Amino acid sequence: MIQLSSFGKYLLMIRGMFHKPENLKMYWKEFMHQSVEIGYGSFGIVVIISVFMGAVSAVQTAFQLTSPFVTRETIALVVRDTVILEFAPTLICIVLAGVVGSKIASELGNMRVSEQIDALEIMGINTKSYLIGPKILGALLTIPMLVVVAMVLGIYGGRMAGALGGFLSADEFDRGLQDRFVAKNVWIGLAKAYSFSFIISSVAAYYGYYVKGGALEIGRASTNAVITSCIMILITDYLIAYFLL
Amino acid sequence: MIEVKDVRKSFRDKAVLKGVNFVFETSKTNMIIGASGSGKTVLQKCMVGLIEVDQGEILFEGRNLTTMTPEARKELRQQVGMLFQGVALFDSMNVERNVMFPLDMFTDWDIKKKLERVNTVLERVGLTGTNKKFSNELSGGMRKRVGIARAVVLKPKYLFCDEPNSGLDPRTSMLIDKLIHEITIENQITTVINTHDMNSVMEIGENILYLEDGISEWKGSNKDLVFSKHQRLNDFIFASEFLKDAKDMRALETRGIIDDNRDMNEILKEGKIEPGKDEKNDK
Repeated sequence: MIQLSSFGKYLLMIRGMFHKPENLKMYWKEFMHQSVEIGYGSFGIVVIISVFMGAVSAVQTAFQLTSPFVTRETIALVVRDTVILEFAPTLICIVLAGVVGSKIASELGNMRVSEQIDALEIMGINTKSYLIGPKILGALLTIPMLVVVAMVLGIYGGRMAGALGGFLSADEFDRGLQDRFVAKNVWIGLAKAYSFSFIISSVAAYYGYYVKGGALEIGRASTNAVITSCIMILITDYLIAYFLL
Repeated sequence: MIEVKDVRKSFRDKAVLKGVNFVFETSKTNMIIGASGSGKTVLQKCMVGLIEVDQGEILFEGRNLTTMTPEARKELRQQVGMLFQGVALFDSMNVERNVMFPLDMFTDWDIKKKLERVNTVLERVGLTGTNKKFSNELSGGMRKRVGIARAVVLKPKYLFCDEPNSGLDPRTSMLIDKLIHEITIENQITTVINTHDMNSVMEIGENILYLEDGISEWKGSNKDLVFSKHQRLNDFIFASEFLKDAKDMRALETRGIIDDNRDMNEILKEGKIEPGKDEKNDK
């Protein structure tokens, strides 16, 4: 019952965002600010994770492909598809749920506890539109971009690992990379990225916006936001894989 | 003028406001006083629309807030300024950006005009030259003044202050009180102050509402308050024995029982206070 009423409150929050902006210029400024915060702020961690994710994927695939009937180029094919379909969208978004989600929840929670949201409300500003809208839009713009970067870097990491480890040359990797490429996989990866971006930003905003209490509750809200986002991402991942593949 | 008529509000089973009636007058510092849990904050939040009332009317110059459309309410809110207990400055912005924020949001002025207005308001609250400071670089009193500057930058018709003196020393409190009072008169604002601070009440309380257990128990000015015979009000205002005695002395003095021009040296000679000791400390 509590979960149902929370879900209702979440939907009302989303609906509350769709209002005419008081000042489009200020909303645009906030959107750009959030895009930089979310996108640029997470870029470093995405680069590191992506490269290692691809590298580990290549090493482990090479370790498991011991059959003489399977060409070594297959390693690149496996790395490419796992990175595009699963690792880049899902793993990166789970990490971003922690990095971006907790930041959004604690920022809004702090604003709520210190009455900054009330101050905005009293000025006549629709706080759901002004505070939550740009965060969700910023996430929808930048997280899929980060996922694309992760796809490229993940594959590059695999290529690098193969060359450095001596089990797959760069030429072999490039041949494998072009073998049986299905463009639809990229679209599925992007569909996941967009869905997860919305989950990460909106769930975190919900927990932060409705915080009650003090500093302790802000921490709790951040933790709950990350946990809920991760669970929602995994469920959505399964549903997308089931229906789209 | 803001008129509150039979305002009632309950949270689940607990009735917090049980029919409050009061008229908050224009160009006056209207105060809501009462013990903790008496419903002061809830009443103020109802008046600014942060909490919806269960019953009753809140009339801003005759326009009922409780039945207003969201658009009308939004319009009204642009005529409202509020100073929060914790000031609620935006942490990520400096003083200038904080004060300029309402202008950015609701005017299409160019930056020069906005900056001019911000500097005028900052000068009025005595914070010239603090434009680039962040809230964590300011003292409590300065933060309150920035809060006042932000609240009045759009020249509101209504100013709400929630515990403006909390956490301030008596001298700074007095400065903040005077500032609010002066701004109220200068701009002909209807100011509503929610306070526990009896110094403020005595200093600037022109129209006071005493709330007890969600009911408007007493109304009057600071002068009426001193001589009120309302027992529960007196118990609240003059909580300490010392203040009770002081109030009695004042009453006796007014009735001519104690000479208005009594000579303090004579009293000192009677030996009640050791002469010279306090004078030395004062120096």
